[in-house]
Amino acid sequence: MPLIGRLIIQTLLKGGVYGLLASGFSLIFGMAHIINLAHTAFFMLAAYGMFYFMRELGWGAAQAIALTLVGVTLLGLLAYRFLLDRVRQHIVAVLLMTIALALAFQEVMLLAFGAHFQSAPTIIAGFTRILGVSVPNQQLLTLGIVAVVMVMLWLLLTKTKLGVSIRATAQDAEIASLMGISVPRTLLITMGIATALAAVAGISVAPLWTVYPEMWTPPLVMVMVIVVLGGLGSTKGSFIGAFIIALVENLVIFFMPSGSYLATVFALLAMVIVLVVRPAGLFGTIFEEEKL
Amino acid sequence: MLRRLLKNFRFSVLPVPGRLIAVIFFAALFIIPLILPIPPYHMLVLTFTCIFAMFAVSWDLLSGYTGQVNFGHALFFGVGAYCSALLHKYLGWQPGVTIPIGAIVATFTGVVTCFPALRLRGPYLSLLTMAFPLMLLGMVIAFKDITGGEYGIMGLPPIAATGTAQYYICLIVMTVAVLIMWKLTDAGSKYVRTGLIFHAIREDEIAARASGINTIRYKLLAFAIGGLFAGIAGALYVHVLGIAGPSTLVMTMSFQAVIWVAFGGIVSIYGPIVGVFILYTLLHFLGIGGQTFIGRNQMLIMSIVVILILLFMPEGVAVWVRNKLERECPRCKLTNAAWRKECRACGASLH
Repeated sequence: MPLIGRLIIQTLLKGGVYGLLASGFSLIFGMAHIINLAHTAFFMLAAYGMFYFMRELGWGAAQAIALTLVGVTLLGLLAYRFLLDRVRQHIVAVLLMTIALALAFQEVMLLAFGAHFQSAPTIIAGFTRILGVSVPNQQLLTLGIVAVVMVMLWLLLTKTKLGVSIRATAQDAEIASLMGISVPRTLLITMGIATALAAVAGISVAPLWTVYPEMWTPPLVMVMVIVVLGGLGSTKGSFIGAFIIALVENLVIFFMPSGSYLATVFALLAMVIVLVVRPAGLFGTIFEEEKL
Repeated sequence: MLRRLLKNFRFSVLPVPGRLIAVIFFAALFIIPLILPIPPYHMLVLTFTCIFAMFAVSWDLLSGYTGQVNFGHALFFGVGAYCSALLHKYLGWQPGVTIPIGAIVATFTGVVTCFPALRLRGPYLSLLTMAFPLMLLGMVIAFKDITGGEYGIMGLPPIAATGTAQYYICLIVMTVAVLIMWKLTDAGSKYVRTGLIFHAIREDEIAARASGINTIRYKLLAFAIGGLFAGIAGALYVHVLGIAGPSTLVMTMSFQAVIWVAFGGIVSIYGPIVGVFILYTLLHFLGIGGQTFIGRNQMLIMSIVVILILLFMPEGVAVWVRNKLERECPRCKLTNAAWRKECRACGASLH
């Protein structure tokens, strides 16, 4: 029973974080056809921001979270406006630009903080007993943040005018523009939302996971797997895919402690099979021009 | 024969600055190590440069010319590398035998990865191909009894006794490989049709099919050739380095090829070579094994350079320079030096 309890908590935690990352990745892909390989680099920057403000400068949690969130989102907007938007038409250029950006961020963090394994201080201390396991309150806080952000994202996309214009642009940018939606502005706002989601994920895992300059690569692979599984461009699919992949990953790690490398192999194999058998994923729509 | 070569040189190489530079460059690569004493570190860097040039050109053939954007080209590099290393470790075979076998296995890998890739295009294909080397990397680390895990397979014999000899072997292999790939992708060639067909597949696959081209066969061919030369590069690399490790399969290895090609100029054979010779060689010469500022921050400099190139010279450095040096005659389509007033063949005005 404690094992199952721990498995559930860990799956919810990992799935939530992956879900935040994957929904942002999928949102910007669905809108602008940008495969943003720098997406998890923003997540890494946010984790470093929390580490720097709270551990090195000794700030309180509220200021650190606010400044990290605003700073990373602003960086994402600048990167989109001045770098990505200019090469958006060419897929090789976009992939190269984003990977170069991610590597640049990684190297800057390496220069600033060195190749050490760091961690941010916990925001709240203590433990709570749930399902026969004692869970650190920090993990519960992370779960809470993820749930709140998910609900907010869903409300934003379905209930507001901005959400309608985002979904309209994703479906057909030309028609959306004919209906009076400013497509470039909507794309910029979407990039801001996507980066903010990555930043929230980074902020919420900074006290739990180790913070190091290359921490963006393992989640990037997982996020790509999740997004393909759930369907590129589908936010709902990304969240469901995130929990499926998190469950698979945790099951492999729980039953084969040495098999954490094989977890990646199985996840990637799942992605390859989905891509070949049903490229639209579980919930996605395949774009007309990608069909053969 | 010799007279024809001389005539060719006089009439189609000398008047075109780009070709002249290419000939002088390759001649210099062959001659300079004979005249000047080159320190061992620089010799080694040049050897790796030749290997990576072949690797980059093979990516360009598959992804640039044929348009199958492969973000896991390290798969072929790593397969060639591990195959030849494992054959040496378990069977004790020498590099002369294991390198060709590694290359053949990499070719087969190319053909096998092509089958799932046939169904996809665009970003989906890139995501799919990105997954393959990572899967193999996971297996290599998981089965560390066979592959040596993170440490790799050590103690591989070098391909020749001295550093200079190794350099010449790699240089000759690279030159031959590049010549073959150049001929295969030459769209104006009278003897091979592949160049034209590769271009057609990239521009519009459905139209190519409608014109009666079996595009599947040519995509398979592109994957096989890409795999073959990347496999040779990988096998040579581990024997020069002495270790076959997981670094041959990581994502950075795949992206390095893309970065070199995009820097030099995509869809051109000379672009990737220029890219490797500028980015790899220059950074390592200036870096000297991580002792200087440039050496420690190579990755940062490289990524910033890539961002700047993508913004300001999206066609690549080599193509940009070439467009400044050469101009095509509007009447007979012959390439002329940019400073000529009229075409060297038909006399049409170039302005």
